[in-house]
Amino acid sequence: MTGVPLSWYLILSAVLFALGIAGFLLRRNVITVFMSIELMLNAVNLTFITFSYELKQVNGHIFSFFVMVVAAAEAAVGLAIILTVFKNRSTLNIDDVSSMKN
Amino acid sequence: MQLWLIPVLPLAGFLLNGIFGRRFSKAVVNAVAIGSVLLSFVWVLKTLAGLGDLNAAHTEQYFTWIQSGSLNVGWDFTVDRLTAVMLLVVTGIGSLIHIYSIGYMAHEGGYYRFFAYMNLFMFFMLTLVLAANYLVMFVGWEGVGLCSYLLIGFYFDKKFATDAGNKAFIVNRIGDFGFSLAMFLIVVNFGSLDFGTVFTSVAGKSEATLTAIAFLLLLGACGKSAQIPLYVWLPDAMAGPTPVSALIHAATMVTAGVYMVARSAAIYTHAPAAMEAVAIIGLTTAFFAATIGLAQNDIKKVFAYSTVSQLGYMFLGAGVGAFSAGIYHLVTHAFFKALLFLGAGSVIHALGGEQDVRNMGGLRKKIPWTFATMLCASVAIAGVPPFAGFYSKDAILAAADHHAPWMYWVGVITAGMTAFYVFRAIFLAFFGKYRGKAHPHESPFVMMGPLVVLAALSLAGGRLFNVPEFLTQLFPLAKEGDDIGPVVVSVAFGLAGIALAWLFYVAKPDLPNQIAATFSGLYRLIYNKYFVDEIYGAVVVNPVVAGSREMLWKGVDVAVIDGAVNGVGNRARGIGSVLKRLQSGNIRSYAAWVLLGSVFLLFVMGVMGGLR
Amino acid sequence: MDVILFLIFAAIAVVCGFNVVVQSHPISSAISLIGVMGSLAVLYLLLGAEFLAAAQVIVYAGAIMVLFVFVIMLLNAGAEIRHGRSLLAQVLGIPLLFTFLGLMLYFVQHMFPGAAEVRFGAFKHGTALDVGRALFTQYLLPFEVVSVLILIAILGAVVLAQKEME
Repeated sequence: MTGVPLSWYLILSAVLFALGIAGFLLRRNVITVFMSIELMLNAVNLTFITFSYELKQVNGHIFSFFVMVVAAAEAAVGLAIILTVFKNRSTLNIDDVSSMKN
Repeated sequence: MQLWLIPVLPLAGFLLNGIFGRRFSKAVVNAVAIGSVLLSFVWVLKTLAGLGDLNAAHTEQYFTWIQSGSLNVGWDFTVDRLTAVMLLVVTGIGSLIHIYSIGYMAHEGGYYRFFAYMNLFMFFMLTLVLAANYLVMFVGWEGVGLCSYLLIGFYFDKKFATDAGNKAFIVNRIGDFGFSLAMFLIVVNFGSLDFGTVFTSVAGKSEATLTAIAFLLLLGACGKSAQIPLYVWLPDAMAGPTPVSALIHAATMVTAGVYMVARSAAIYTHAPAAMEAVAIIGLTTAFFAATIGLAQNDIKKVFAYSTVSQLGYMFLGAGVGAFSAGIYHLVTHAFFKALLFLGAGSVIHALGGEQDVRNMGGLRKKIPWTFATMLCASVAIAGVPPFAGFYSKDAILAAADHHAPWMYWVGVITAGMTAFYVFRAIFLAFFGKYRGKAHPHESPFVMMGPLVVLAALSLAGGRLFNVPEFLTQLFPLAKEGDDIGPVVVSVAFGLAGIALAWLFYVAKPDLPNQIAATFSGLYRLIYNKYFVDEIYGAVVVNPVVAGSREMLWKGVDVAVIDGAVNGVGNRARGIGSVLKRLQSGNIRSYAAWVLLGSVFLLFVMGVMGGLR
Repeated sequence: MDVILFLIFAAIAVVCGFNVVVQSHPISSAISLIGVMGSLAVLYLLLGAEFLAAAQVIVYAGAIMVLFVFVIMLLNAGAEIRHGRSLLAQVLGIPLLFTFLGLMLYFVQHMFPGAAEVRFGAFKHGTALDVGRALFTQYLLPFEVVSVLILIAILGAVVLAQKEME
């Protein structure tokens, strides 16, 4: 049985990453932007594990593990911040959160 | 011999009075100021007595001031016969004027400041006289200029006084520029500024160099001694208190130029063109200033122009080779001119501040002592024998006659004019009816004492102090035949001047006005001092000021320098205002920028860096 | 077999990812994201990363996405309304995106011209044993550090949440 060429995994990872960027650039809702960031992180995880397979080491898995942990922490804190911003400004539009202007 | 004590004693007086004078009582200020100058005079006498016949110069070296490459300038003092004459004049007349000032300045503000400045002046003047090289002399030169400025502008709340102080200092600086250039030339050509070194190696230098040095030194002397073209500051300097006019602008500071020329005689005798220039400038100034003095109404201005004129005589003497005659006249002039000024001060004090002779008159009954002493000074300056001025003036005129007869005749006419204007002032002030409104009273003893001493010196000083003989070794006298002719002519001109003044101002008082009306153009020209100040203003001062304002201030300072500095600031602000658009506060645009950066990095690393 | 599995789940991942970006209501995006996570877990399994596949499902899909859904519920976020746009992001971003994608694909082609192949079961070192061993020996320091990081995150979340209540 033929296997899957390695490059396909990498291409898939690249495509998912690009989708994440697209969401980050084009969406206005701050929660959706956040979810795009999670998408990007997942794409990177896939890349790590692919290379771990290729190099026949477990290090890539460990990297991914840590990425997951950090993503969890980041999600918790980030959502708390979003909640606070929503409390103060009553908007979920990322363009309205621009008091750092100039 | 401790020569340094001579200038340092007045310096100590300056420091004491300057720093603590505000808290001293008048008696203490007097004691410090007068005491220091008197002590200095006593020390001069002691030094001269101790030095014997002074055929060789006595030099004391204190410390090395400048040691740079091959130039070695030390702070050295030297005393020879010329120095001795100057020291006696400066300290002696200085003491008398200090004593006089106690009375004159008694009711003025800033009492201690006045005496502090006077002491400082004495310090610098004595440094100038004692100097053994050009640089130390220059220190004294500049210092007396500074004190002149401080004392002319003593009444600093009056604008005309401060303006006069500025004018004196600035015009002096032009002269100092010449002096500085001369010093540079001397350093380059002689390798040293020491008098001894320079004067002994004069013979080997080219005449062109020596002439250049001599002309530049002459420029300095013209500034300090108020000769044409730099005399304009001296009449305005009368804005200062009268003792200042007597000390600085009659007896001592203005004679520094003559002293310097006499000291540099070695250079001048080897540069005949410069000597000729000295003589011509001196003669022209003497004549020119005398004509202006004919028409002035302020008693101090009359004497100021007289000073300029007499200084011209001294320069004439130096220029025709009779250096000792020039110094002789310096000494006698110190006597009678100081007396004239102090006497004028006594008159002004008596009249409560009046200086215009048209408002005086008939004062000889009211202030007889002042009248008597001023009469002594007047006959001395008029050259009436056997009083002081006769001897010195005649020595100069005789030398001039030997050099070039036309100079003698111009000098004689000037002598006549001198006698005329001095006696004009005397007759207008002391004879006739009193035309003013004050209550004249005689001055106190502390003012009259110095006047009497100076009067005695004016009468007898010529015979007593035969200066040319004293200076024979330094300035050898050419033994001319005792020609009585020129002497008689000059005395005759002097007496004629006195007689003419008597005619105009005592016998026929209306005559001057008639003549003034007839020659009104000429009279106006003389009365307005030939409009020299106005000419200078238009030709020199205004263009410089306008040039500074338009070109240097607006053109260079504002446009170029400020423009560059502000331009840098504006450019930074401009760049900043462009870059600040990056900070839009919009998170998505930030993300876009991050993406741009990362794509760029990828491109660089991958394509160009070669990911293999 | 591997290829078919890969293609199916890759397709699901891409479609769900696309959905995340395109949907207007956040809750739809969240559900799509859960789909992405799930398909990625399968792909991890194909690559021999058993432990991580489980962790992906438990942590990512089970905890983080649930957190997202809770927040969306709490904020009562509605569908996005179209107003206000960042011109820069759109003008600059889309071309850049395609550039980025092109670059990545080029690199991948360049570096891995169809050489290695992935077979299910070929990688035997992705078990919990191997991961644990590496984690507690070679990567002990990062492990401890990251636990501190989680602690900080907890504290941060608590503080921020507290502020809300006042």
